[in-house]
Amino acid sequence: MKRVKILSLLLVSIFLLTACGTAAPEVIKIGINAPITGDIPKVGEGTKYAAEMWLEDIEAAGGLDVGGTKYTVELVIEDNESKAESATKANTKMITQDEVLVIVGPQSSKQAVPAGEIADNNETPMVSPWSTNPNTTLDRPWVFRGCFLDPFQGPVVANFITDEFGFTKAAVLYDVASDYPKGLAENFKSAWEELHGEGSVVAYESFTTKDTDFSAQLTTIIGSGAEFFFTPQYYNEVALIVQQAHELGWDAPIVGSDSWGSTETVELCGEDCYGLFFSTHYAAAGATGATKAFIDRYNDTYGYVPDDVGALTWDVLNLVQMAIEDCGEITGDIDVDRKCVRDALAAIKDFPGITGDMTFTEEGDPIKCAVIVRISDEGEYEFYKSACP
Amino acid sequence: MTLFFQNLVNALQWGSFYALIALGYSMVYGVLMLFNFAHGDIFMVGAYIGFFISSALLAASAFFSIALPGWLVLALTILLAMFLTSFVGMLVERIGYRPLRGAPRASAAITGLMIGIILETGNLALLGAQRVSFPALIETSTFDLGGVFVTNKKILIVFFSLFLMLALHQLIQRTKWGMAMRAMAYDYIVVPLMGVPINTIAALTFGLGSALAAAAGILFGLAYPVLDPYMGILFGWKAFVAAILGGRGSILGAALAGFLLGFIEIFVAAIFPSTLRDLIAYSIVLLILTFRPHGFFGEAYSARLRL
Repeated sequence: MKRVKILSLLLVSIFLLTACGTAAPEVIKIGINAPITGDIPKVGEGTKYAAEMWLEDIEAAGGLDVGGTKYTVELVIEDNESKAESATKANTKMITQDEVLVIVGPQSSKQAVPAGEIADNNETPMVSPWSTNPNTTLDRPWVFRGCFLDPFQGPVVANFITDEFGFTKAAVLYDVASDYPKGLAENFKSAWEELHGEGSVVAYESFTTKDTDFSAQLTTIIGSGAEFFFTPQYYNEVALIVQQAHELGWDAPIVGSDSWGSTETVELCGEDCYGLFFSTHYAAAGATGATKAFIDRYNDTYGYVPDDVGALTWDVLNLVQMAIEDCGEITGDIDVDRKCVRDALAAIKDFPGITGDMTFTEEGDPIKCAVIVRISDEGEYEFYKSACP
Repeated sequence: MTLFFQNLVNALQWGSFYALIALGYSMVYGVLMLFNFAHGDIFMVGAYIGFFISSALLAASAFFSIALPGWLVLALTILLAMFLTSFVGMLVERIGYRPLRGAPRASAAITGLMIGIILETGNLALLGAQRVSFPALIETSTFDLGGVFVTNKKILIVFFSLFLMLALHQLIQRTKWGMAMRAMAYDYIVVPLMGVPINTIAALTFGLGSALAAAAGILFGLAYPVLDPYMGILFGWKAFVAAILGGRGSILGAALAGFLLGFIEIFVAAIFPSTLRDLIAYSIVLLILTFRPHGFFGEAYSARLRL
C-alpha cells in the first residue's frame, strides 16, 4: 500500500515537472513583490491596483508585442507582509519557482534593500518603484528603481524649510528599525547641518517599529527649542505622531517625506494634518496630461485618487514593458531573456513617465524632480513647489 | 522641571494600559494557575468591538438625527464592549482551556498562543489588513498647567483605569463571587470539593479579565486612534512582564507594576537615546526580578496567592 502511494507520488511529480518543462513559451511572467498585508497594506493595494490596470491595457492590446509575436502576460503577485525576510522569500520563490522574467517591487526600502540582493545574486532584473534608500541599487547591476534617492530628498526638505520659513533649529523623529526612515533622517540631518552648522539639529529622537506612544520623544523635542520637526514615517505612524504632538502643545510645523503620500495619511490623521508639508514624487491635485488621465482612470475604477506608489508602479511597469519590447525577442531561455531585459532597462533614455522623465544612471537610479506638497484644508495633496537636481 | 512633570503625565497614561491588561493575566493566574497568552489579543478584540459599537452608535444617531453627546456614546461603548468582550473571554476559556484543564501546563500555555494567532489572523481575514481609525468620540481639549500639557483624554484614561482597578478590588474582597475566586486561588483542587463550581468561577475570571482588557482597548483607541490586528501582541507581552513583576496572582502588584513599567519606559526614552528604551527598560525589570524573583507581592510557589 505504501509503495503504491510513493509510486503515485513520483508519477505525479514527474508529470508536474514535465508540465513545467514544456510550459508554453508565449507567456511572460512578471513578479510583483508588494506589502499586501502587514504594516502598510495601503501601499500593497496601490501596487496591486496599478499593476491590474496595466495588465488590462496589455490584455486589451491582445498581449505584449515582442518582435512581432504577441505574448500573454501573467502577473505573479506575492505578499511580503511588509517584512524584510518575507520579501526575500517572495523574491526567491518568484525567481526560482515561478521563473519570472522581471520583478517589480518591493516598495519600501526595508524590504527592497534585502530583496535587491536576492535579485542581483540570481541575475534577475528587479525594479523597485518606491524605494528611495541608496543601498537598494548600490553595486547591484540588476537592480533599478523608479524614484529619486534619499540623499537627494534630504537636502530638498532642508532647503525648502530654510527658504520657506527661515528656521535654523530642527528636530527629527524617526523609526530606527526601518531602513527608509533611518537613512532619510541621516540624510536630512547632514543636509541641515551643512546649511546651519554643527548642532543645528537640536533633537534627534528615534523609536522602534510598532510603537504607538511617542510622548516621551515629543516632550524632549518640545523642550529642545526646535522650530519644527521632520518625521519621515509611514502613514500609520504619521497620524499618531502628529496628534500626540498637538496634544502636547506643539503648534509649529511638522514636515514629512514621500512616505506620507498615501491616501490613508489624511484619513487616519484628520484635521491635525491639514496645512502640513511633505516632499514626494508627484502631486495628484492639479495634474495634467497623461498623469491626469491615469489619476482619473484609477479614481473611476477604485474610487480614490492614487497615491505616489500607484503612480510610480504604473511608470515602472510601463518601463519594464518598454524594456521587454526593446529586447526584440523572447528566446524561452530565462537566463538569456533576463539579461536582455536588464540591458534594455539600462539603455532606456528619457522615458516619459507620469511622475517625470526617466533615464537611469550607472547605478540604476533615475534622475527625477521632487515636489513639495501641502495638505490643503480639505485634506487634498496640493502641489506647492518643485525641486529638481 | 516642566519636562519632568510632562513625562510624569505621559507615563501615567501609558502605564494605565499596562496595568489594566496585567490585571487580566494576574487574575487568571491566581485562580487557575495558568497564563492566558491570548490576553493581549483579547485587548485587540475589545478595541475592535468598541470601534464597531461606537461607529454603529454614531451612525444610528446620525440616521435618526438624535444628537447623542460624545460622552454618552463613549460611556455606552465602554459598557457594551466590556460586556461583549467578557463573552469572548469566556468563550476562549470554554474552547481553549477547559478541555485542557487536566493536560500538562505547557499545553495550556501553547493553547493561549494559538488562540492569540487565531484571533489576529481571524481579524485579518474578516476585516483585511487596513488600519481602522477609532472615531474621536470626545473633543480633545488641552489644558496648559504652567507648561505641562494635559488633555481631557489623559485625565479620563488615568482616572477611569484607577476606578476600574478599585472596582475590581471591591468585587474580589466584598462579594461572594470574589470570595469564591479567592478560595479557588488558595487551592483549586480542594475548594471545588466544597461545592464551589470551578467552571463558573473560571468563566467569571476570564470574563472579568477580558472586560478590563476591552476597557483598556477603548481607552487606547481614544488616545492612539489607529487600530491594527497585531496591536495586542507587544502589549500582551509587556503586560505579562508587568504581571510577573507585580507578583503572580497579585492584583495590587499587577496594577502597580503596570504603572511602574510605564514610568520606566517613558523616562528611559526621555533621558537616554530613545533607541535604547526597551533595552534599558527591560534590563531594569530583569534586575528587579533577580533580586525579587517572585515580584513585588508574589510569594514562593507553594505559598498562598493573594487575590
